[in-house]
Amino acid sequence: MHKVNLCEACSKEKGVQDPTSFALADLLLGIGAAEEIEKGAPAKKCAVCGFSQADFKKTGRLGCSECYGTFAEGLGSLLKAMHKGTEHIGKLPERAQRTMALNNRMRALTENLQKAVADENYESAASLRDQIKQLETDLSNSA
Amino acid sequence: MKFTSMLSTAGEWLRGEGPHHQVVISSRVRLARNLRNRAFPGWAKKAERTAILEQIRARVEELPEMQDAFSEGLQDLAALDKQVLVERHLISREHAAKGAGSAVVVNRRQTLSVMINEEDHLRMQSIRSGLQLKQAFKLVDKVDTALESKLDFAFDPRLGYLTACPTNVGTGMRASAMLHLPGLVLSELINQVIQAVSKIGLAVRGLYGEGTEAMGNLFQISNQTTLGEKEEEIINRLTKVIETIIDKEQDARQTLLQRKPSTLCDQIGRAYGILTYAHAMPSKEALNLLSVIKLGMDLGAFPEHQRLQIDELFIETQPAHLQKNSQQKLNAEERDYLRAQIIRDRLKIFPKPDISKMVGESGNGLTDAPSTNE
Repeated sequence: MHKVNLCEACSKEKGVQDPTSFALADLLLGIGAAEEIEKGAPAKKCAVCGFSQADFKKTGRLGCSECYGTFAEGLGSLLKAMHKGTEHIGKLPERAQRTMALNNRMRALTENLQKAVADENYESAASLRDQIKQLETDLSNSA
Repeated sequence: MKFTSMLSTAGEWLRGEGPHHQVVISSRVRLARNLRNRAFPGWAKKAERTAILEQIRARVEELPEMQDAFSEGLQDLAALDKQVLVERHLISREHAAKGAGSAVVVNRRQTLSVMINEEDHLRMQSIRSGLQLKQAFKLVDKVDTALESKLDFAFDPRLGYLTACPTNVGTGMRASAMLHLPGLVLSELINQVIQAVSKIGLAVRGLYGEGTEAMGNLFQISNQTTLGEKEEEIINRLTKVIETIIDKEQDARQTLLQRKPSTLCDQIGRAYGILTYAHAMPSKEALNLLSVIKLGMDLGAFPEHQRLQIDELFIETQPAHLQKNSQQKLNAEERDYLRAQIIRDRLKIFPKPDISKMVGESGNGLTDAPSTNE
C-alpha cells in the first residue's frame, strides 16, 4: 500500500475530495474490515444507540460504548490486528478497581463455599452464603 | 479568561525552555474518554450532544487546574480564532470544524486543553515544551482521575476505555512529540528514520497531525496502538525512541559540519538572505527557511539570546496568527506580503550569520580543522 499525506489544498488539487465517500472502515482498518464487522453481526443493531454495521462501514466509528458489546464478534479480530495486545492492562478507573476487587472476593467466597459444602461443614457454609448475599448487594450497587 | 488575553500570551510550550528543546519542540499527551451508554458525538443527535456537553463542561470548568480558564462553545468562536487554536495545537483540526454542541476549555498557562465532543465526548490534552512526555502525562492523568470521580466513563475490564474509533480503545492515550530534524533531512537520512520508527509501532506525521505534510523539517512522532500496553510503558518506549532520534539528529548535524560545512553555511546564508530581503513569503517557505535559521542558531551562527525571536516567528507567521495580530482578514497574497514584512522587521535587528562561530561537538570553530577529536 502506498500512503500519501495530503493537506487540504493538495487533496483538492489531486482530486481527493470528501474522505467520507470511501468506506472509512476499510480505509482505517484495511480493506475488508467493514465486511469483517458485518460477518460478526449480520443485520445487528445496537440496543442502546441503534447503530448498525452499515453505519460503521460508512464512518469507521462506533455509535456508543455499548457497540463494543453488540459488535464484539467482528471487532475482536480487528482489534487484534490493530493493536499490540487484546486486553487492556493500563489505568483502571477507581470504580472499576472497586468492582474488580468485589468480583475477586466473590470468586474466593464461592470457592470456599463449595469446599465447605463438600466437607459437610454446614456452619461455615451458612456464614459464607450470607457473605455472598451481602457482596451481591454491594456489587449491584457499585455497577 | 478572554480569548484576546490568551492570544497575547504565548503558551508554555511556545517559549521553548523544556529539556532537549533544540530538537524537541513540544510534547503532548491526550486521553480520550466517553460517558457510558451515551451516543458518541459523531452519532448523537443534537439534543443529546448538547446535554452531554453541558454535563461535562461544568465538571471540567470546576477543576482546580481550570481556574480562570478560557472556555468557549465552538459555535461562539470565529473561524479565525479556531484556526489560532489549531496553530497552537490547543484544538485539533477536526474540532475546529465543530459548532454548537462542542466546546474547548484551556487553562491559563496553555498547558492543558480539554475538547468536549470532538470525536469522543472528552479529549484531554497536556502540552509541554521540549521532551516532557512524563510530565505531560502526569498532568492529564491527574485531571482524568479527578473527572472520573464525577463522570461515569465508559470502561470495559477487558478492552479498557471505550472510544468512538477502535484505534483508540484501551488506554485512549496518544502521546506525541514535535521534533525539529533539519540535520536528518539535509543529510537525507530522514526516510530511514521514519521507516525504522514505523516498524516499531510508532507513527510519524507532519506538523498538524494525521494526513498533514511535513514542513519546516518538523515531524510528529506518536504511539500507534493503545491496547495491550500500559500508559507508562508507551510513554517510556516513546521517550527512548525520541532520545535515540535526538542523538541521530545531533550526529547528523556534526557530520554535516565536518563533511559539508560549505553546504551548511550556504543553506544558512541563503535562508537569512531570503528572509531578510523577500517581500512575499508563503507560509510553507517561511517555515522551511526559519527551520534553517533555527538550525544555524543551534550551531552557534546567531547569538543565543535571539532564539526566542526566531521561535516566535514559527507561530506568528502562521496564517491565522498573522491575521489575528494584524486584526484584519487577508487573502493569501496579502498574507504573504505581511508575513515577509514581519520577518524582515524582526531580522532587521538580527546580526548576520557568523559562520566562524559555528562549532562542532569538539568545541572547535568551523575554521579550525576538526582533527583532534576525530
